[in-house]
Amino acid sequence: MSATMAAVSVDLTARARELPAKEFREVVFHVEDLGVSYNGNAALQDVSLEIYRNFVTAFIGPSGCGKSTFIRCFNHLNGLIPGAVVEGKILYHGEDLYGPHVDPVEVRKRIGMVFQKPNPFPKSIYDNVAFGPRVLGMTDRLDDRVERALEQAALWDEVKDRLKASALSLSGGQQQRLCIARCLAVEPEVILMDEPASALDPIATTRIEDLMHELKRDYTIIVVTHNMQQAARVADMTAFFSITRGEEGQRTGILVEYDATSKIFTQPSDKRTEDYVTGRFG
Amino acid sequence: MATREAAAPQPLRLRASRRRWGEDVVKVVLALCAFVSVATTVGIVVALFVPAIEFFREVSIVDFLTGTEWAPLFEPPSFGVLPLVAGTLLVTVCASFVCIPFGLGGAIYLSEYANRRTRRILKPMLEILAGIPTVVYGYFALTFVTPRLQDIGLPVGVFSALSAGLVMGVMLLPTVASISEDSMAAVPQDLRDGAYALGSTRVQVSTLIVIPAAISGIIASFVLAISRAVGETMIVLIAAGGQPNWTWNPLEAVQTMTAFIAATGQGDVPTGSIEYKTIFAVGATLFVMTFVMNLISIRLVRRFREVYE
Amino acid sequence: MSASAGSLRSDRPRGRWVGRLFYGFLLFSLVLGFATLGALLVQVFLEGYKWVDLVLFLEPPSADPLIAGAEPAILATIFLGVLLILFTVPLGVGTAIYLEEYADRERWYNRLLEVNIQNLAAVPSIVYGILGLAFLVRGIGLGRVLLAGAMILTLLVLPTVIIAAREAIRAVPDSIRQGAYALGATKWQVVWRQVLPAATPGIATGSILATSRGLGETAPLLLVGALTYVSFNPTLLGEFTALPVQIYQWVSRPQEEFRTLAAAAIIVLLGILLTLNATAIWIRNRYERRW
Repeated sequence: MSATMAAVSVDLTARARELPAKEFREVVFHVEDLGVSYNGNAALQDVSLEIYRNFVTAFIGPSGCGKSTFIRCFNHLNGLIPGAVVEGKILYHGEDLYGPHVDPVEVRKRIGMVFQKPNPFPKSIYDNVAFGPRVLGMTDRLDDRVERALEQAALWDEVKDRLKASALSLSGGQQQRLCIARCLAVEPEVILMDEPASALDPIATTRIEDLMHELKRDYTIIVVTHNMQQAARVADMTAFFSITRGEEGQRTGILVEYDATSKIFTQPSDKRTEDYVTGRFG
Repeated sequence: MATREAAAPQPLRLRASRRRWGEDVVKVVLALCAFVSVATTVGIVVALFVPAIEFFREVSIVDFLTGTEWAPLFEPPSFGVLPLVAGTLLVTVCASFVCIPFGLGGAIYLSEYANRRTRRILKPMLEILAGIPTVVYGYFALTFVTPRLQDIGLPVGVFSALSAGLVMGVMLLPTVASISEDSMAAVPQDLRDGAYALGSTRVQVSTLIVIPAAISGIIASFVLAISRAVGETMIVLIAAGGQPNWTWNPLEAVQTMTAFIAATGQGDVPTGSIEYKTIFAVGATLFVMTFVMNLISIRLVRRFREVYE
Repeated sequence: MSASAGSLRSDRPRGRWVGRLFYGFLLFSLVLGFATLGALLVQVFLEGYKWVDLVLFLEPPSADPLIAGAEPAILATIFLGVLLILFTVPLGVGTAIYLEEYADRERWYNRLLEVNIQNLAAVPSIVYGILGLAFLVRGIGLGRVLLAGAMILTLLVLPTVIIAAREAIRAVPDSIRQGAYALGATKWQVVWRQVLPAATPGIATGSILATSRGLGETAPLLLVGALTYVSFNPTLLGEFTALPVQIYQWVSRPQEEFRTLAAAAIIVLLGILLTLNATAIWIRNRYERRW
């Protein structure tokens, strides 16, 4: 093993002892044989796993393996793309997210998302955070909600004197924390993060990772990352995705291995996982 | 050792609490807005062709399209539309002699010769030409151009196809220039660089490389300009004349299809009379001509977009 | 054969002349346009500026050019401008939102809708006049009233507003929409609270420019009954004239003084249009966001 991996693994084994044993984990999502195709081309297939409450779960894998597609299944954001078809089941607290009559709006109230490139609305800082509560009818004690969300996102001290300033005047890292605050303001149960730090500098990245540690006390977090060290640092469970080729050469994403992070990085069961985490490919 | 199902934080309800009527209402309202444009087209077609068909029940369409005498108010009336069509075409040809070569020339200058700053200043200024109301151009034709033509010795009267045509040509210059310039700007720089590297002059590159590459957009601009010339009313109403005249001499006064429609439509022509219906017969003819030309132009524009985008 | 200094100079004098002539032709093309514009403006101003006075603004037209004014026409044009904005903005923006946010592009009827709007933008203005004459004036018997003129100009200008509004809506980045959807907003909430506010400067610019074009139109108004001799001030359901129509009427008179009056009225019309266009461009420069 390389020196970096050795250092990380010491840290990992320490944290592995912190993970609750399997019988104490609570399942939030139960994914069964999930597949996504765009206009007939399968982007992802046969994914089955369980997401546990108050865990940080990371999806890693080479580009094109469908991890972003997969995370978007959890909040129905794939539904905005014409031609996207989702097969299989995602049970959220026992209810199928893709059952009949499920309203995407209700799903998104409970399952929020932070995007790769910070996308603050072209409004004031206050209005950005207040947007979610306003459209969902949670307008009582709005100021308190905004303050609490900004505090949880570790941004309150930096912006409390300029809530009316444009959100676009913030730095990249601050904008991303604003997007996190915006997401928190609607009080979701789950937070999905699609490569939340890949557009940020290393210092801002560290702050986001620290934030994930704090937030997981109250929320369940799923994060997509292409940065393995990041996954090793923040995630409790890690799912490794890869690409298979079909007969006609089409590329489809599949789930290769899903386990505690420490195990994925030190003793992976699948050779493909081992190749990826040791940098032999990907 | 199985895992436990987590309890939902509140009673879980993934269905919408109530059907979102508002969203459906919004969609219907917006679709109705869009429907207005459909209704407009249907309205135009009905307004033109229903009375036109009635007209052609009384007047033979052959006589209409081939007759050279337009005198709907005479006894006996004649309904040959050719004088009006000739008037329109005469003015259009005069306009084309101005807007096509010089519009293209302006486009070549802007695209191949001007630097970016010049282009940024000149192009909007050219648009001003396009923004002047046509009635003002009509005034200009009557009070400035016609006297000048007379000054240089041409035997033109107060009204002439030439005067109206020249002014119309200048008015359409920005149309040709703008669309042609867009089309030329879309030609990749590599094509020019390749030719320059072989030692071609700018004249050669412009005429032998760029224009052929941009030809469909350029032709589209010509067709569009001609279509606009055919449909133009005020310049010809003011400066070309009010009497139908079956002639190919641009120095004479002529009446175009549009001028006839405007002149007749203004008056208190009794609804349902044959004279009233002439408005629609001529209007339908005009509409068909411009519609066909617009279709061609749109097709050509789409082709030039496809090639390079 | 050794290369000598100066052998790089073009040894094709004919080529040089062709180049110069060609360049001259190109310059002449531009000069033709601008010189005509200049001559037009000079002609109008020199002839008319002396008569741009209170009489022009406050007096009704009359057979005597010395006391004739264009007050009814000016008021009507302003009135039409207000009505145009009131009518075209909701209809145009509504259609644009439908096409950009709600309509499924694959459906044939939506594609037909788009083609239809493109075609309507190219129909000669007098055909809109015929439409108005047949349906509004005679058909439903509205008569030759200001409202009919406003409605017809609305239809004439609508395709332009729709196209401008679509561009403005399309320019709003998708990441904003995704962020709003991810928070649980419904489609209308996303459109009304995020997309439209962001697209407003572009929509405003486009609408004002389109209205300015509409106010310069004469032919449709002639057919819809803008009378050429109106001496009372306009009301919504009353007979009317408009500035371009008044200009046309004065230009058509043989007497020299009426030409001068026409020039004066043209100055006023150009002034109104210039103000509108300048406002639109100011809005664009000040408020439009570069994403």
